[in-house]
Amino acid sequence: MAAQTRKSWQFRRPSVLPGFGLALGVTLFWLTLIVLIPLAGLAIRSSGLGAAKFWALAADPRTLNALRISFGTAFLAAILNVAFGIILAWVLVRYRFPGKRIIDAMVDLPFALPTAVAGIALTTLYAPNGWIGQFLTPLGIKVAFTPLGIVIALVFVGLPFVVRTVQPVMEEIDREVEEAAATLGATRFQTISRVLLPGLAPAVLTGFALAFARGVGEYGSVIFIAGNIPYVSEIAPLLIVIRLEEFNYPAATAIAAVMLILSFSLLFVINLIQSWSRRRYGYGA
Amino acid sequence: MAHDTQALAPGNYARVGKATTERPLARWTLIGISLVFLLLILLLPLAAVFFEALRKGPEAFLEALADPETFSAIRLTLIVAGISVPLNLVFGIAAAWAIAKFEFKGKAFLTTLIDLPFSVSPVISGLVFVLLFGSHSILAPYLQSYGIKILFAVPALVLATVFVTFPFIARELIPLMQEQGTSDEEAALSLGASGWQTFWYVTLPNIKWGLLYGVLLCNARAMGEFGAVSVVSGHIRGVTNTMPLQVEILYNEYNFVAAFAVATLLALLALVTLVLKTLLELRYSAEISASRRH
Repeated sequence: MAAQTRKSWQFRRPSVLPGFGLALGVTLFWLTLIVLIPLAGLAIRSSGLGAAKFWALAADPRTLNALRISFGTAFLAAILNVAFGIILAWVLVRYRFPGKRIIDAMVDLPFALPTAVAGIALTTLYAPNGWIGQFLTPLGIKVAFTPLGIVIALVFVGLPFVVRTVQPVMEEIDREVEEAAATLGATRFQTISRVLLPGLAPAVLTGFALAFARGVGEYGSVIFIAGNIPYVSEIAPLLIVIRLEEFNYPAATAIAAVMLILSFSLLFVINLIQSWSRRRYGYGA
Repeated sequence: MAHDTQALAPGNYARVGKATTERPLARWTLIGISLVFLLLILLLPLAAVFFEALRKGPEAFLEALADPETFSAIRLTLIVAGISVPLNLVFGIAAAWAIAKFEFKGKAFLTTLIDLPFSVSPVISGLVFVLLFGSHSILAPYLQSYGIKILFAVPALVLATVFVTFPFIARELIPLMQEQGTSDEEAALSLGASGWQTFWYVTLPNIKWGLLYGVLLCNARAMGEFGAVSVVSGHIRGVTNTMPLQVEILYNEYNFVAAFAVATLLALLALVTLVLKTLLELRYSAEISASRRH
């Protein structure tokens, strides 16, 4: 850019369009008011506790168990969503079958259905006497009111994240790549597992990260089906609510701070892996 | 739907050649797995909502809906969404104008900050406002002396909802406006249009369907939000309970028919949102952002 060589540093590249100052001003003002000040308040409150007290609150066994359950079930649900999400995206992109349009639209249901509604519906289905639960009980499988129920709820909530990030990238795959693999003697299975899936890795990772982040913080769909037994099926967001109801603000703040630190650092690591795999393999997203 | 030309009907694969597709057995197995999975995870829960609501007949269903508490929950949900969505609409357009139409330092960082609420638990989104306005906060004495009630009242419900739905419209508009570039606006300006005229007559018509798409998703989340709203509402019956909170209260009181009756209204909202969203994708695929065309 010619303009950039003239001046060594400039905040904005010149443009004939008006309104930059107004638009950026509104954006920054609103962002600061709604997001940054409240989050900063949380940071100040938790640092105000002091390291010793913060550590004591965060290392409370009930808190640690709740965090372990939240992150563990979210991880498992995100893995399941990746497995089923890839199959579902593949089926929607590649095959033609009756009702495909409706199925495609239905994938977004978890985005649109309020989480509390999903929660009570899943609980009713997977309870020991529910439509699905009644078939699982004789097999000795208990879903509702156990950590398995949490996983089911998080699979529901996270599914569209994986499908909707992988699907557009799959649509862009060039058929010639597959033809080349086939002419070089690869079996169909080899073509898929060695040629197609590695190229999807960045998109799959993005979907995994989104589903995981959503699952860690999810509250509405989980609390009905989880049974909420401390140390067994009590998730971290619920423990925050319980501490708030006890007016134990320091404990609630400490749990929230730990959750935010953990999920932001996980997202950061996943971002690093992602930019590495994007350099290594093709395809965007 | 560019991929439709590539899609293969199971059965005529031989004509196209089996090198770049799977055997029919594998194909139907994958389709079968997908359908069973969707049935168990998505369709049965949706069916269960309506089934449970009507379990004791239509009269019990209507009676549950006619309850004054339900009525006030519906009213509150409409008020909260009616304030939050327009606020995020203005913010979304401003943010997209700055980010998509200009090049400036720190743009990627700003986009990350806008996305921040997506990775914050709804409960924490509520908690931050409790810490800010609660009785222990630094603001509490001022609010009290002026008699301003924020927590456990409509203002906090709106704030928590705006926080949770903050990125929705901006995220929809930014890629769309980036794709469209700035040449239309530059042409309008060079022909003598003012800045506002350019926005109203050139930019807004270009983005209207994408904007509607964003508003639709934002509204669905605003009306259905549970965690954040639950923390700041205080659960005062008939006063600060939105529809999702009313569902929870009724369910926890074992009043299942009433809980599912209110839930059917929210499920219908979700279905209407999905239908409108799908219509927008089919009809105006070029006018909504690229990542949404499928």
